[in-house]
Amino acid sequence: MTTPRKYVRTEDAPLLPPPATEAGITGWLWQNIFASMSDFQSLGAAIRSLFMILFSLLLVYLFIDQTYGLIDFAILSAVWSDPEGLKREACWTVQQGGSLPDGWHGACWPFVWAKQKFAWFGPYPSEELWRIYLSLIVGSIGLVWALRERLPYRRQVGVLMLTLYPLLAFILLTGGNSDASFTGIGVWIIVGLALISVGRMGAAGHLGTIFAEFAGIFGIVGWGIIALNVVRGIVALDFNLTPVGTGDWGGLLITLVVALTGIVASLPLGIILALGRRSEMPVVSVLCTIFIEFWRGVPLITVLFMASVMLPLFLPAGVNFDNLLRALIGVMLFSAAYMAEVVRGGLQAIDKGQYEGAQAMGLSYWQTMRLIVLPQALTHVIPGIVNTFIGLFKDTTLVSIVGIFDLLGAGQSAVADAAWSTPVQAITIYLYIGIIFFIFCFGMSRYSIFMENKLSKSRRH
Amino acid sequence: MQQLSLKSIIYDARMRGYFYQVFILSCLSFGFWWLIDNTVTNLADRGKTVGFGFLSENAGFQISATLGTWLFDYNVGQSSYLDVYFIGIANTFLVAILGIAGATIIGFTVGIMRLSKNFIVRSFATVYIELLRNIPLLLQLFFWYFAVLRALPSKRDKIEIIPDVAAMNITGLYLPAPIIEPGFIYSVTAFVVAIIITLVMKSWAQKRQFETGQRFPVLWTALGLIFGLTMLTFWITGNPMSWSYPEFKMTGAILRRGFQSGSGMVLVPEMLAVWLALTLYTAAFIAEIVRAGILAVAKGQTEAAYSIGMRPGMTLRLIIIPQALRVIIPPLTSQYLNLTKNSSLAVAIAYPELVSIFAGTALNQVGKEIEMIFMMMMVYLTFSLATAAFMNWFNARVKLVER
Repeated sequence: MTTPRKYVRTEDAPLLPPPATEAGITGWLWQNIFASMSDFQSLGAAIRSLFMILFSLLLVYLFIDQTYGLIDFAILSAVWSDPEGLKREACWTVQQGGSLPDGWHGACWPFVWAKQKFAWFGPYPSEELWRIYLSLIVGSIGLVWALRERLPYRRQVGVLMLTLYPLLAFILLTGGNSDASFTGIGVWIIVGLALISVGRMGAAGHLGTIFAEFAGIFGIVGWGIIALNVVRGIVALDFNLTPVGTGDWGGLLITLVVALTGIVASLPLGIILALGRRSEMPVVSVLCTIFIEFWRGVPLITVLFMASVMLPLFLPAGVNFDNLLRALIGVMLFSAAYMAEVVRGGLQAIDKGQYEGAQAMGLSYWQTMRLIVLPQALTHVIPGIVNTFIGLFKDTTLVSIVGIFDLLGAGQSAVADAAWSTPVQAITIYLYIGIIFFIFCFGMSRYSIFMENKLSKSRRH
Repeated sequence: MQQLSLKSIIYDARMRGYFYQVFILSCLSFGFWWLIDNTVTNLADRGKTVGFGFLSENAGFQISATLGTWLFDYNVGQSSYLDVYFIGIANTFLVAILGIAGATIIGFTVGIMRLSKNFIVRSFATVYIELLRNIPLLLQLFFWYFAVLRALPSKRDKIEIIPDVAAMNITGLYLPAPIIEPGFIYSVTAFVVAIIITLVMKSWAQKRQFETGQRFPVLWTALGLIFGLTMLTFWITGNPMSWSYPEFKMTGAILRRGFQSGSGMVLVPEMLAVWLALTLYTAAFIAEIVRAGILAVAKGQTEAAYSIGMRPGMTLRLIIIPQALRVIIPPLTSQYLNLTKNSSLAVAIAYPELVSIFAGTALNQVGKEIEMIFMMMMVYLTFSLATAAFMNWFNARVKLVER
């Protein structure tokens, strides 16, 4: 027998707010700052808390000190304009013969404004700058279009960016009109067409069954020859643009050209090398391994030295590459080796069942790679690929050591300009260049993190 | 029995493989032959010969005083180009070893800071990493050399770091130099002996703990042994080492003021700049590796360790660090390798390392491009391949433990 209940609650108890240490701003502050420095239960914990308090205070002090120092240098104390055209005297203190108070320490921005065009485009003729602007604008629109989600025709734009855009940029930047004989180009195109038709006939079985096996190669070689010669022909056309040699390029323009060429060339080369290294043919895999390990084992500087000193020795007398092209070849080979290792990592992560499944479907080696393995392997390693790109972008600064004026090289030669000689000259230009590089590299690394999150989300289900 | 016909050969995957390989090899040999032929022709046109005879010729240029010049006793006009080569290698490895030591300490600290529960500590580490990682190393090198170290006081002036012991000016960092006297070798021997005894003691203590469960205070005994034995020998042999302090003159003839040569030792600003830039830049990458390595240890490991009664310190030392190191060490080695290769950037500020003095100054004087660039590349390549071989050995060892 049960005793009757005296009281039965009919409605829910009121919800209590979460404790102050768990929610809201105070909760966040507690968990992230004060929890680690307020445990005084035992001697060890007290020492740890005390250390944490002092260490945090030190870091806050350092952070504020450095940030204020930077803001003061770059904005508050900086000289922003030089209306009287005094040049270096605009950034001199009284002691040095100028008008700024003694002990002044700030950025000398008029110096950067004066060197702006040089830092961006080098000695490129000023009246032809529109050509750089045009290629940059087309390039950035295309790039954003190809990378943005949910825009129509992304794939097509991407293909155009890889094929037509380099041609357009090359013509715009150099002015085209390179010397090549149109008869020679015509002959090559006829050779290409002939090869294609032989390939077609072979594929149709008119030239025997054995030949049919190799007919595809003829087609590929034929189309390759035609494409190469069409490019040569277009580049040789006269667009009525003033020619600008690569010797007149400089600054950020060179940085972008070297980085983009390296990026675009390193990916396909790297894929081929990675596939070669994993090939079952011993000669191919040994050769690819030697190639990769050689370039990865030496510093880029030595590669650039080799490209600029030894390349002229390797080529027949009379063939002369310009300085930029030599450096580009060095950068390409170097970055291809690094890219190959990244891609190999992706290939290793692919399940063996994928290869076997493709084989069971009757796909050939190249079909397996193109349709099954590479799409998975490459998406796997997108973060690694972007990181290699970032490394390559930073490494372009090294070309300044072999006498090519990239952004940093242009900055260095600006520092040597005595007309602007002040104690803050070097710091000002390094700050400026540092900001430019930081924006590019940080942007790329954010994109890589974004892709990583997106991929891990899509892999989760 | 299969019939050997042309068709069966063409359709045989293995035969096709042979065909492709022979084809590739012959293309490659032709390419190499073409390159070598061109090179021979070009060298003949320029009236040059190939050979390593130049190595014994005397080098006629000044190299600023560094570890390498001290080790190989460099004299202009008397030392050979081979000496220059070795000086370059010594200086490269000097800055690489110092850089590796610095980058490891800073990198591990920042990496652990990045995982802190404390927001301030965490974000400070994040800002450090993002800032240093995204700015080219060469720019950082220029910053330290041209913007920071050039702003130091002039040759006739100084700033004290530790009064009378360490000071800096634009010519470098001045530190006391040890002067070693003959009996010093006994102290070194005592130090080595103490370390050997410690190792023996450690394995004995471990064996005893496994058998009886009794622990032995290895750490304190080892410290006492290593310090005590060494200091005792040092004292008995009559203090056979003294310090030469850098001497600075404030008065007297104006050209004689400043640090006096022959006293103390100097670290040239080029080296300081290279060291600072390499250390701080590589530390940012090491920090990310350390963070990833610690995060890779599953949380259950910590909880399991706590549940069998381990204290946090023991958990860290016995459970987390050994597992994290397995993830950390391979990329860490490749960062060390990168740092060593990046030390070649020092050519931009003329620190006398391998690229700068051998492939730079010496190459300009001798003009033996092929031999010299080959010799230079061999140094880096040997080092890289040796490290790679070590890594393969290490990975194989770790894998065995993993089962």
